[in-house]
Amino acid sequence: MKILKLLFKNAFRHKLRTGLTILGMTIAILAFGLLRTVVSAWYAGVEASSANRLVTRNSISLVFSLPISYKEKIRQVDGVKLVSYGNWFGGIYIDEKHFFANFAVEPTSYLELYPEIVLPPDRKDAFLRDRKGAIAGRKLAERFGWKIGDTVTLKGTIFPGNWDFVLRGIYYGRDKSTDETTLLFHWDYLNETMKKTVPRRADQVGFFMIGITNPNLAAEVSVAIDKLFKNSLAETLTETEKSFQLSFISMTEAIVVAIQLVSFVVIIIILAVVANTMAMTTRERMGEYAILKALGFGGGYIAALILGESLVITSIGSVLGVAATFPAAHYFSSALSAFFPVFNVAPGTIYMDIAASFIVGIAAAVIPALRAVNIRIADGLRRIG
Amino acid sequence: MENNKPLIVQIRDLYKSYRRGAQIIPVLENITLDIQEGEFLALMGPSGSGKSTLLNLIAGIDGADSGNIKIGGVEITSLSETELAHWRANNVGFIFQFYNLIPVLTAFENVELPLLLTGLSKKERREHVAVALRVVGLSDRIDHYPGQLSGGQQQRVAIARAVVTDPTILVADEPTGDLDRVSAREVLDLIGRLNTESGKTIIMVTHDPRAAERAHLIKHLDKGVLHEDTKASL
Ligand SMILES: Nc1ncnc2c1ncn2[C@@H]1O[C@H](COP(=O)(O)OP(=O)(O)O)[C@@H](O)[C@H]1O
Ligand SMILES: [Mg+2]
Repeated sequence: MKILKLLFKNAFRHKLRTGLTILGMTIAILAFGLLRTVVSAWYAGVEASSANRLVTRNSISLVFSLPISYKEKIRQVDGVKLVSYGNWFGGIYIDEKHFFANFAVEPTSYLELYPEIVLPPDRKDAFLRDRKGAIAGRKLAERFGWKIGDTVTLKGTIFPGNWDFVLRGIYYGRDKSTDETTLLFHWDYLNETMKKTVPRRADQVGFFMIGITNPNLAAEVSVAIDKLFKNSLAETLTETEKSFQLSFISMTEAIVVAIQLVSFVVIIIILAVVANTMAMTTRERMGEYAILKALGFGGGYIAALILGESLVITSIGSVLGVAATFPAAHYFSSALSAFFPVFNVAPGTIYMDIAASFIVGIAAAVIPALRAVNIRIADGLRRIG
Repeated sequence: MENNKPLIVQIRDLYKSYRRGAQIIPVLENITLDIQEGEFLALMGPSGSGKSTLLNLIAGIDGADSGNIKIGGVEITSLSETELAHWRANNVGFIFQFYNLIPVLTAFENVELPLLLTGLSKKERREHVAVALRVVGLSDRIDHYPGQLSGGQQQRVAIARAVVTDPTILVADEPTGDLDRVSAREVLDLIGRLNTESGKTIIMVTHDPRAAERAHLIKHLDKGVLHEDTKASL
């Protein structure tokens, strides 16, 4: 009881020093939390992927397409429930700075396959009815102030020309991990235009998205599909949605690793700062610890005083840091929505914050505590005189 | 002093040296000393003669090279570190030259500190602290922090802390060394009263003859050797 009081009083004896150390801890935890959130944002697509979905693409590269005629053959494979398809459209809105993902998809099957894309029923009908209709995610619509009925014009890059779409719906994500920054429109619209302008590029899709009856069949079904098109002009590569997403990230893996590394470096730096504070503090109070020992307090008391003081400092900093992480992440989320469609502070990040504050608190105090515990009383007292 | 009182401190053939690098510096040599219960002993001697070292050994906060110290029947030279800490909590009251109060604790809390190691309830602790502070005349300074007290008052708080557990012996190392004359006299009066009125056994290191005068017995330490008793002129 009393010892706890002494511990708190000790922690705030040097207000400026403690204050600065807490501030450092706050910033470190904030930085750590944001960096971890960037990492999980990177993996958001993987997170959002369903074990029930496969993606089939051209085995050479994503850049090459597949004939639409594959669809019927794929549907006949055992274990396949549903086949949808689409193209990465890559259209530009105004200019490159306004980047967002946009796809041409077969809308009925696509919406069935992706139940996490939530549209009010009337909006869904309106979208399905309008060949030039499009739907946009909530965040995307917010970003550009789009309203239902607006015409959105995209400049084609892969598919030349200016393309007008009428916004028929704004979808919401069912899950926190659902991307709300994408624009989807009718593949038929794309295909019919291609038929007129560049016929050799008509009836081609970038990828098939396949719903399977049982996630345990994923490997078998993938093999079966790829076998169908073996030795054809366009061989396929089928994988789970998760590995498909991971294959995108693997290109940028070095960056993710670097960010992870930096996030830990931040913690190591703050550990050095807190350790320095604790070393200074303990050195100044050696005489007091010697007195406590002379009075009969054991090493456990002394260690608890010092470890506790360190933990008070890191815990306060960490609580403030965690509290600051949410508004900061919110700000980042809107500022960086083009790069990170999903930018949420995961519970795991908070647990890591808490773990980091404990580890830093203890590690910073271990050496000072050992010194104080082991000092000879007579020497400790001598320091006062 | 009558000679029939029991011995509370028995020191036999005590040696203590410090090591400074490769050099060994002998500080205490072949010290043998008996102190009776209720004694008030002043240890005098020039600076560096080993007074504090001897006092620390008696108080169980430093270890000897060889020899024995028996206090109240306990052979403290053979106790483990933990046993010794426990023994100190119950048997020794400390008074230092620089008071050594904890600056972030009030007078009350400082005095209460050694009681936290006893099984006393909060209420009992409060009563003990109140009595101790009354004895040293600081009942009205209970909530003051050391920084808000004069040197003399701080030393009196330290004395209250030393006596609050009712220890077997009181050890004081230059208790007036940092005080002005008036405060020094007050503190010496107080220590004297603890001896005469409460029968406390007191061992006080000092090089101030005025302080030593208060003791019943004065021993001189010179170059690590204890010299003939000098009766205080009472
Ligand atoms: N921890 C130590 N290490 C080395 N030498 C010490 C230590 N403590 C005391 N000494 C030496 O022991 C001698 C006696 O010291 P001390 O007992 O403090 O003397 P006094 O209290 O009589 O002035 C001095 O020469 C001092 O320098
Ligand atoms: Mg001394």
